[in-house]
Amino acid sequence: MPVDYLKETPSQTAGPYVHIGTLPAAAGLPLRTQENLHVLAQGAAAGERIRLEGVIHDGAGAPVKDAMLEIWQADASGRYNAPGFSGWGRTAADFKTGEWFFETVKPGPTPWRDGRLQAPHVSLLIFARGINIHLHTRAYFSDETAANEADPVLRAIEQRNRVPTLIAQRSTRGGQTVYRFDVWLQHDERETVFFDM
Amino acid sequence: MSGDFIRRDRAWHPPGLTPNYKTSVLRAPRRALLSFEQSIGEKSGPAFGHGAIDPLDNDLIANFNTGAPALGERILLHGRVLDECGRPVPHTLIEIWQANAAGRYRHVNDGYLAPLDPNFGGCGRTLSDAEGRYHFLTIKPGPYPWRNNGSDWRAAHIHLSIFGEAFAQRLITQIYFEGDPLIALCPIVNTIPDKRAIDMLIARLDMGEMAPFDRLAYRFDIVLRGRRATYFENRTEGA
Repeated sequence: MPVDYLKETPSQTAGPYVHIGTLPAAAGLPLRTQENLHVLAQGAAAGERIRLEGVIHDGAGAPVKDAMLEIWQADASGRYNAPGFSGWGRTAADFKTGEWFFETVKPGPTPWRDGRLQAPHVSLLIFARGINIHLHTRAYFSDETAANEADPVLRAIEQRNRVPTLIAQRSTRGGQTVYRFDVWLQHDERETVFFDM
Repeated sequence: MSGDFIRRDRAWHPPGLTPNYKTSVLRAPRRALLSFEQSIGEKSGPAFGHGAIDPLDNDLIANFNTGAPALGERILLHGRVLDECGRPVPHTLIEIWQANAAGRYRHVNDGYLAPLDPNFGGCGRTLSDAEGRYHFLTIKPGPYPWRNNGSDWRAAHIHLSIFGEAFAQRLITQIYFEGDPLIALCPIVNTIPDKRAIDMLIARLDMGEMAPFDRLAYRFDIVLRGRRATYFENRTEGA
């Protein structure tokens, strides 16, 4: 008999009212109204200030308006849990449009298992009604062409036409650097790559 | 940095596509998930301190701050957080949310005809202690109808979100209550293929922790992905 381990508690959908417990002010509760968990770039955090934004689309192309999103990233020097920069953020898709955004700093490259570097990226988790277990993806940056080409995760994607689904597109809007990262939960050509890590 | 997390058993969790839970049909990826080994970003995660937690945050009977208690069946919800190797998971953030005793959520998008409770918000959070224990005071939520196959009914449940020590352990799930006949009928419960996995989501009546003339108690233990030891690990981060 193989060694016994405990089994992981199984997942269930976060449901349409996920905001009550995670972003109560968004649900309409008079609680934690000063929290701005979508703003990671606070105070003196070093690095380029960026806005990471997008819409999640369902398999019919409609925006997902009840999603909760979380990001986890390194600081501008490629360090996780670095002092002065938490690296974690949470936001809700807009109830009317499905648009979401984070104000953060562009992360630096981080080490892969063998010491090679991973291209700068932000890990993104998606929770929503109809999603039975959260979806995990990564946003890379369109102006990091060389680093992206060397990235061990991006390189391992067999279907090369799927790689662009993980690249956030850089632009400038009103003097601010914006990276656009639209997610397609289900699509013949554009379906976002999701990970099991 | 410690070792890798044990692979997630995707056959134990609900699959993405579960047609009897209709909303999943357009929200489930069609492509297989891409499997990769973990790097530092998956093996680390945010740390939350006591500074952010209000002493009333784990008392949903009182924390809507109206001065009067929430209506409903008063319960203690408590348990331990362990990993698959049986190790306690200390100091991790646990968040819960739920409907009130009538089955109504305090959320701008909930239009169920049951009344709001003026003394109940339905939002709580806490940190597990050094041995992985946690507890909440709350009221037992009511079941409620939702469209799906006409008017399906959700079994009474409390939503639970937990972080663990790394992003790889992140989990959101729902807690059900022993003896509820709606569990067997609930299309969301039944997205989980294995009866033993469903059993893990059912809180047990715990008369040992009952407080006389005050409240009942339910026990709910949480298991997160386990972490391997690092014997003879191949070169890891930056080594």
